[in-house]
Amino acid sequence: MKVVLQNLTKKFPGRGKEKKDVIAVNNFNFEIPDGTLVGLLGPSGCGKSTTLNLLSGLQTPTEGKIFFGEDDVTHLPAENRGIGLVFQNYALYPHLTVEQNIMFPLQNLKGDKKLTKAAMQEKALEAAKMVQIDGLMDRKPAELSGGQQQRVAIARALVKMPNLLLLDEPLSNLDARLRLQTREEIRRIQRETGITTVFVTHDQEEAMSISDMIVVMKDGVINQIGKPQEVYDEPINLFVAKFLGTPSINVFTGKIAGGKLYIGEDAVMDVPNVSDRDVYVGIRPEGFVLSESGAFTCDLVGVEVMGRDISVISKNAASEGESIRSIISSENVVDTSKKTVRFDIKPNKLFVFDKETEERIEF
Amino acid sequence: MSNQKDFETIERNAKRRKTIRNIIVYAFLVIWAVLVLFPFYWMVLTSIKSYSAYNSEYIPQFFTLAPTFQNYIDAFTAVPLADYFLNTIIFTAATTAIMLIVTVLAAFAFSRLQFKGRDLVFTLFLALMMIPSELVVITNYVTITNWEMRNSFMGLILPSVTSVFYIYLLKENFAQIPDELYYAAKVDGTSDFKYLTKVMIPICKPTIVTITILKVIECWNSYVWPRLITDNENYYLVSNGIQYIRENGFGRENIPAMMAAVVVISVPLIVLFLIFRNKIMEGVSRGGTKG
Amino acid sequence: MEKRNLKGWLYLLPAIVFLGFFMVYPLIDVFIYSFEEGYNSASQTFFGVGTYNYSYVLRDPYFLQALKNTFILVIITVPLSTGLALLISAGLSSIKKVRNLFQTVYFLPYVTNTLAVGLVFMILFKQTDYTEGLVNLIINFFGGSSVDFIGGPYWAKMFVLCLYTIWVVMPFKILVLTSALASVNQDYYNAARIDGTSRMRIFTKITLPMISPTLFYLIITGFIGAFKAYSDAVALFGTELNAAEMNTIVGYIYDMLYGEGGGYPSYASAAAIILFAIVLTITVINLLISRKHVHY
Repeated sequence: MKVVLQNLTKKFPGRGKEKKDVIAVNNFNFEIPDGTLVGLLGPSGCGKSTTLNLLSGLQTPTEGKIFFGEDDVTHLPAENRGIGLVFQNYALYPHLTVEQNIMFPLQNLKGDKKLTKAAMQEKALEAAKMVQIDGLMDRKPAELSGGQQQRVAIARALVKMPNLLLLDEPLSNLDARLRLQTREEIRRIQRETGITTVFVTHDQEEAMSISDMIVVMKDGVINQIGKPQEVYDEPINLFVAKFLGTPSINVFTGKIAGGKLYIGEDAVMDVPNVSDRDVYVGIRPEGFVLSESGAFTCDLVGVEVMGRDISVISKNAASEGESIRSIISSENVVDTSKKTVRFDIKPNKLFVFDKETEERIEF
Repeated sequence: MSNQKDFETIERNAKRRKTIRNIIVYAFLVIWAVLVLFPFYWMVLTSIKSYSAYNSEYIPQFFTLAPTFQNYIDAFTAVPLADYFLNTIIFTAATTAIMLIVTVLAAFAFSRLQFKGRDLVFTLFLALMMIPSELVVITNYVTITNWEMRNSFMGLILPSVTSVFYIYLLKENFAQIPDELYYAAKVDGTSDFKYLTKVMIPICKPTIVTITILKVIECWNSYVWPRLITDNENYYLVSNGIQYIRENGFGRENIPAMMAAVVVISVPLIVLFLIFRNKIMEGVSRGGTKG
Repeated sequence: MEKRNLKGWLYLLPAIVFLGFFMVYPLIDVFIYSFEEGYNSASQTFFGVGTYNYSYVLRDPYFLQALKNTFILVIITVPLSTGLALLISAGLSSIKKVRNLFQTVYFLPYVTNTLAVGLVFMILFKQTDYTEGLVNLIINFFGGSSVDFIGGPYWAKMFVLCLYTIWVVMPFKILVLTSALASVNQDYYNAARIDGTSRMRIFTKITLPMISPTLFYLIITGFIGAFKAYSDAVALFGTELNAAEMNTIVGYIYDMLYGEGGGYPSYASAAAIILFAIVLTITVINLLISRKHVHY
C-alpha cells in the first residue's frame, strides 16, 4: 500500500507566556511507494515522532491530508487504520506472556474476521518464528532481554498483517552489537513481508544502512527526500550534508572570487560559472587525496590507523570544526615528522553552500 | 471508492461515540460531585435559616431569601463552642509540635547516626505500624486514669503523640540526603544536632510540612480518645463538643444553630485543604488512611 | 564508640519512651487483661486467670449484634466503595477539562470532621415531628412512603450507615486509584488502540491488571478500616449505639470500657483481641488471594 502525505501540518498550542503555536510538522508533502522501507531521520524535536503519530492516527493533523492507497484516512481513528506500530519502549503488556502479547491484536477482530483460538495460536507462532522467538512463547516480558522484547513487539505488530508498519526509534534501547543485528533483521522481515514500513530514527547510520528512502527533517520541515546514497552524494543544504555520514563532513568558511573557490588563502577548485560570494565548503572525509603538490594545505596533527584505512587529523584556520578528519587508503604513507600536509580534493566530494541561505550551490 | 464511504461512516460513528461517552462520563462525575457537595451546601444553607423559618418548612427550601447570622451567634453563646475551639487548637498544636520533635529526632537517629542495635529497633518500629490503635487504647485508658490525668490536656496529648508511620516517612526522606553533605559538615566541625537543624530539616521541609498537615487533620478530627478521656465539658474538643451539642445543647431541635456549629468547626480544615491542596493529596496518597 | 552508641539512643529516647508507654506496654497488657477474670477496675484485683472473658463476650447479645452489624457494613461498603471509586477514577482520567476541580471536590470529605458531617446526614434522613426529612420527601415524590432512617427499621438504619461510610471513605480511594491510573504508561493504551481494542477490553485486559496491586491494597485497607468502623455510627445514631441496634465491634469495646455500661477493661480487651484476630485472618486471606491474582 502506498502512503501519501499532502500539505500535512501539525501545530501544538504554545505554552509559556507567548502562547505561540509550536509547529511540529510543517506542510509535508511526500509519497511512500508500496512496499518500501522509509526512514524518517532528524535530530530530536524535528517532528519525526509527530509524523509517525499522524500516520498511526494517535494524533490528528491540524491541516492537510493522509492517504492510504486511494483512501483519505486523515480523520480515521487509529483503531480502524489497520496499521502496526512498534513503540520505542516496546509497550509489551507486562502481565501477559509472549504468546498472549502477540495474540492480543487478533483477539480484537470482530465479525467475519474473527478467528478461532487455534487459528490465532497458529498465526502467533508464525509471527514469532519470523522474528525467531518461537521458543519463548510462555515467558513474561520481564524475563526477556531487550533484544527479545524488541522482537516480540515486532511480532505483535506483524501478526495482524498490517498494510503499514511503523517503528518508533526501534533500535535506540539496544546495545551497539544488538543494534547492528536487529537492523539487518528489520530489513529482512520487511523484504519477506513486503509491508510498507516507516521508521523513525535520529541515527543517520541506521537510516542509511537499511532504508530504501530517507526523509531528512529539521524543525518540522522536510529538508530532503531520496535514496540514502543520493542524499549522501547530493545534499541539498548544509544541514543535510552535516547530518549524514560518519565521520561527519568537514566544514570550512570560504569564498568564491573570480571563478575560483578559496578556503583561506588556498584556491582549491575552479568554479567557473558561479558569481563571487562568501560560502561554506563541505568536504567529505573520503574526499581528500594526499598529494605533495595539493592545492589545500593543513597543519598536520596526527594519524590514526584503522586497518584498511588511515585517518589523518589536521587543522586549518578556516575550519569550522575543531579539527579536520580525512580518510585515505592505508597504502598511503604519511610522514608524521612534517608540520603540514597537502591535499587534492575530489570534486564530487566537495559541496559549496551559500553562506546566507546555507543552500547548496551547483558548479 | 465505496471504501472511502465506509471510512466516512466509521469516522462519523467514532465521533458520535466519543461525544456520547463524554456526556456519560461528565454526567456521572457531576452526579458524584453533587452528592459530595450537597451535604456541605445543606449545612451552610440550614445554618443561615432562622429557627422559626426552618421549623415552619414542612418541605425544606433549597435556598433562603432571609439569611440570618443569629445561629452563629447562638452557637458561640448558647454553648461554649469557642472553648471547644480553643481546646482543639491547644490539643492540635501541642500534639503536633511534640510529635514533630519526637519524629525528627527518631528519624535522624535511624537515618544518620550509627549505633549498635539500630536496625533491630527500626524493624521493631516497623512492626508496630501493624498494631491497630483499638488494641492499645484500653490499657492507655487505664494508665491515664491511674495517673489521674483524665480531663487534662496531658491525658489527651500524651498517647496521641507518636506515629510510627511518620517516623518511617521522614526517615526515608532523610536517608536520601547524600552522605557527602554530612562528611563535609563534619570536616567543618558542625555538630550532629546543628547538622540536623541547619541542613537536614531545611532540605526535607516538604515532607515535614506534609506530616504536620496530616497530623493536624488527624488531631482536629479525633473523637475516640478524647471521648474516653474527657467527661468534663471544659476539656471537650470539637468532635466531642458537636456530639454533646447534639444530645444536650440548644434544646434538641434547634437544627439551624447546630448546623452553624458544624460549619464553624468544618471551615478551618477546609481552608487548610484549599491552601495546601497538593501537599495534602500527595501526603495522603503516600500512605495515610482515614481512621 | 561508646559515646556514639549513647548518642544514637539519646535521639531515639523520646520515641522509645512514648511508644513504650503507649504502644508496647499496652499491647502486652491487653492480652493479660483479657485473661484476668473478674477484674475490678476500682480495686485493680481479679479472681483468676482463664478464658471466661472471651466466652462472656462471645455470648453477649450486644457483641453478637455488633459483630453482625460490622460484617454487614464491611461486606456492603468495601466492594461498593472500591467499585464506585474505580468508575469515578476511570472517568476522571479520561477527561482533561475541569479535572482538577472534580478532584478537589471529591477529596473534601477527607478533610471534614466525621462527626460534624454525620449530623448533616442525620437531618437529611431523619423523620421528625416537623418534617419528613429531605430524603423522605424525595421518596414521597416518587410515590414511596416515608421511612425513619435514623430511628426506624434496622435495614433503613443500616442503609444510611453504609451510605455515610461510603461517602467518607471515597476520597482516599479515588485519590489512590486516580494516581495509579495516571502511572500506567500511555503507550500501553496507544498500542491497544492501534490494535483495534475496544474500550471495554482495554479496561478489563490492560487497565485492571496494571493497577491490580493498588486495587488489592485498597481492598485490604478497606477491609481493615471498615472492621474498625465506629465514629460514622456515632455521628448518625448518637452514643447509645446498643440501644439503636447499630453498634459496631469497636463501639462495643469502648462501651465496655467507658460510659453507662463501662468499667470492664477485661471484656473490652477480649473483644479487642477477637477483633484483631478477625482483621488478621481477613487480611491474610486477602493476601493469599492477591498472590494468585495480582500480576507483579
